[in-house]
Amino acid sequence: MAPEELKEKVNQALQKHQHDKSLLVDILQDIQAEIGYLPKEVLEETGKGLGVPLSRVYSVATFFKAFSLTPRGRHLINVCMGTACHVRGADKVLEQIEEELGIKRGETTADLKFTLETVNCVGACALGPIVVIGEDYNGEMTPEAVGSVLKNYN
Amino acid sequence: MVKLTIDGRAITAEEGTTVLYAARDNNIYIPSLCENEAVAPYGACRLCLVEITTASGRKRLVTSCIYRVEEGLTVLTNTERIQKIRKVLLELLLARCPESDVIRDMAKKAGVTKTRFNKRTGNNSCILCANCARTCEEVVGVAAISLARRGVDRELTTPFNEDFTDACIGCGSCAYSCPTGAITVVDKNGTRTINWPHNRMEFAMKQCSVCGQYWAPEKQVEYIARTSGTPLEDYDICPDCR
Amino acid sequence: MAKLMSFSELEALRKSIVDKRDPDKAVITVCNGTGCHAHGCKAVTEAFQDEIKKQNLSAKVDVRASGCHGFCERGPLVVIKPRDIFYQRVRVKDVPEILSETIGKGATINRLLYTDRKTSEKVTFEYDVPFYKHQKRLVFGNNGSIDPSSIEDYLAVGGYSALAKALRMTPEQIIAEVRKSGLRGRGGGGFPTANKWESTRNAEGDTRYIICNADEGDPGAYMDRSLVEGNPHSVIEGMIIGAFAIGGHDGYIYIRNEYPLAVRHVRTAIEQAGAYGLLGKNILGSGFDFNIRINRGGGAFVCGESTALMASLEGRVGEPRAKYVHTSEQGLWNKPTNLNNVETWANVPLIINNGADWFSKIGTAGSKGTKIFSLVGNISNTGLVEVPMGITLREIIFDIGGGIPKGRNFKAVQTGGPSGGVIPESLLDLPVDFDELSKVGSMMGSGGMIVMDDKSCMVDFAKFYITFLEGESCGKCLPCREGLQQMREILTAITEGRGKMSDLKLLEELSDTLRDAALCALGSSAPNPVMSSLKYFRDEYVAHIKDRKCPAGVCKLEAAKVK
Repeated sequence: MAPEELKEKVNQALQKHQHDKSLLVDILQDIQAEIGYLPKEVLEETGKGLGVPLSRVYSVATFFKAFSLTPRGRHLINVCMGTACHVRGADKVLEQIEEELGIKRGETTADLKFTLETVNCVGACALGPIVVIGEDYNGEMTPEAVGSVLKNYN
Repeated sequence: MVKLTIDGRAITAEEGTTVLYAARDNNIYIPSLCENEAVAPYGACRLCLVEITTASGRKRLVTSCIYRVEEGLTVLTNTERIQKIRKVLLELLLARCPESDVIRDMAKKAGVTKTRFNKRTGNNSCILCANCARTCEEVVGVAAISLARRGVDRELTTPFNEDFTDACIGCGSCAYSCPTGAITVVDKNGTRTINWPHNRMEFAMKQCSVCGQYWAPEKQVEYIARTSGTPLEDYDICPDCR
Repeated sequence: MAKLMSFSELEALRKSIVDKRDPDKAVITVCNGTGCHAHGCKAVTEAFQDEIKKQNLSAKVDVRASGCHGFCERGPLVVIKPRDIFYQRVRVKDVPEILSETIGKGATINRLLYTDRKTSEKVTFEYDVPFYKHQKRLVFGNNGSIDPSSIEDYLAVGGYSALAKALRMTPEQIIAEVRKSGLRGRGGGGFPTANKWESTRNAEGDTRYIICNADEGDPGAYMDRSLVEGNPHSVIEGMIIGAFAIGGHDGYIYIRNEYPLAVRHVRTAIEQAGAYGLLGKNILGSGFDFNIRINRGGGAFVCGESTALMASLEGRVGEPRAKYVHTSEQGLWNKPTNLNNVETWANVPLIINNGADWFSKIGTAGSKGTKIFSLVGNISNTGLVEVPMGITLREIIFDIGGGIPKGRNFKAVQTGGPSGGVIPESLLDLPVDFDELSKVGSMMGSGGMIVMDDKSCMVDFAKFYITFLEGESCGKCLPCREGLQQMREILTAITEGRGKMSDLKLLEELSDTLRDAALCALGSSAPNPVMSSLKYFRDEYVAHIKDRKCPAGVCKLEAAKVK
């Protein structure tokens, strides 16, 4: 995205939240929803627009797991690692996905197709182990089913 | 004035004083690392924990750097329970920063000469007390450095871990406030280098037009001129020569 | 929609809504909670809507996408009202048959009925299903009857009548009623709610903040999700009543961003309530102003801790601070702040409407009312259960939960999330309440109840929780940040066959240090899963260390080294 476009996205988010410093987390979430991640220029512009030091914006952006400072894939895979899913074998499902895609949790495939993250409980424990891809909740996942589920995504 | 006892001694202190300062004012030693009188108390290192009993009989463990004196408070600074806690905390610190002399000395004072925990590398004597970041924000006001990430991945760093931060004026207050010497300032040949635990930055120093000494980073001088509204030329002569 | 400016206008509106509805008309309620979404309920709901349109049946039957019903194991769930016929595992292909047989002829479809595991008989009605029969669904009571995105549905079941009643009481009367009820916080702390309200009300200053903690970070616990998703107005109503009693005009709902559907529903609910004048200025003409803003979390478990939550609301990182001065005196922006959990707020309208006497008859001497638990893990009937305090763990796990599947045996149940401990079989007859569970080294916590069978390893389980907490530690204080990492390394070594007996002593010392020295409850309660598993299952730890064996067969240990 061009620098002007990034600035525009930042300004939109700032305006929507009335340049309220206390809404920094919400503002960053809205911007990330638009751009896919939080590049350096975005954090700089946000700090300037809010009157918040860059060091604080950086601290907040790196403290919360929801934020990514590196580009993310088209499809965000969230493997639930909550207790209920753990007890049903979520570890093995994660391992299988890591092997299939050749990346580790927190990483993105080279072709920018998938980003693999873990999340601590999405609250659908009856269907554990759960793998959320984008907005799709794939329940009762097994290592064997990983391949066919991933094939559904371009 | 408030009346309390610390380690059996009757003490009086002004209302609003912290237990730590009340103790120090009376030459009672309570160890601490993250406490710095220039900034607000943080309560991170936990070394200053003491056992208290309030006037109403409530017992708890509190960090003396934050807890304020109360009428009828009983404070114990060196019970067996406190000693046990301090020893483990110091062992954890020794494991985190095995290279630090300051930690080693503090540990020795508490009777801890080795650590049973897995040793770390790469922390470069930084104990994440954040004295530096807090001084930079609360005292200097530029907030150039901060704590990034969280948990064991937490680091004191410049934004984006770069060897540059626009906000830093090179004043060196961070180094001054660091309890373990993890930040150093080196002035050599007209250049100042500030070494933080994981980054560094260089500053061109201003030279005195009279004595020729390099006396402060140009960025710092510009900052002072800007914020005080005085002309930059006023600072062509160093304080000694003025 | 004109704002309601009086209590009588509210009642008139309610009457007009109810009068338009035929109580005898069939309503097909399809559970649309997140769990059932994962089961495919959206397609089922749409199939019903399409078929009804196609067959011109809208005069005969309505479809309603309802809030979470709780029996997540059996979704998609369909309950046909008013008879309460209960169908489970409903698929799109079943839809035409349900319409023709059950709606058309009043006949039930056998294969869709629930089979009682004990008797092998089919159960027709929801209230007869064992899972529901032993529950006391009060807070969850309306989830299955309403579409959470319809304020009219909420009004039709009596919604906001408690608010109207409360606004005609004095704040002192409301606090007295809540005190009499015995309501204690449902977020894990169990603090008497009325006391918190009163402290905040009496604190110095003119500005008071009201917060709903919907961060629900305990993995495996999703009670709050289902409430906010399934009946957001009940939470909002509770907050308005509380705000009026405390004297606060600014409310916040801090909600986990991992619950997108709940965020959507509560946002809609706030807009609707505002449009009707139930939020905003001069609520129902009472002169009381109250607004609620939604803040989303950013993926940090520590932000479920009240001071960290407030730091996040201020736009800072979620670092807790010492609570020597309570947040009821100095909280958000250093002002008096009252923070309560979702379930606590949702109990308030019930208490105001039905009275403290009614509420205090439910539960035990020290723990009144009901509690919602998420019953998950190695259990047959996974789902959300609402039970009166004082019911035993055995009843929850076996009578409601249906026991352990796959023919395995019960080993332990963990309550209280990462702050809680394990409870072995020998203690299953303990009544569930705030104080009984603490006595055995666990805690009720926010309601997560993880059941484990004999193929679960207790050392692996302790390692899981410490690993979780290590990743969620904010990093501010030394014992939590460094201590959890060291504990995780020790536990990993044990699970990999590299453990030593001296490691157990190290774990105990680290646990004591964290408990005493950590800055906040994340660190100070972190030792609980480890210490409780060590207390009740020490032999498993020893087996890993001395025999290099995992009795449950979970850990891959290196072969025993030859000495």
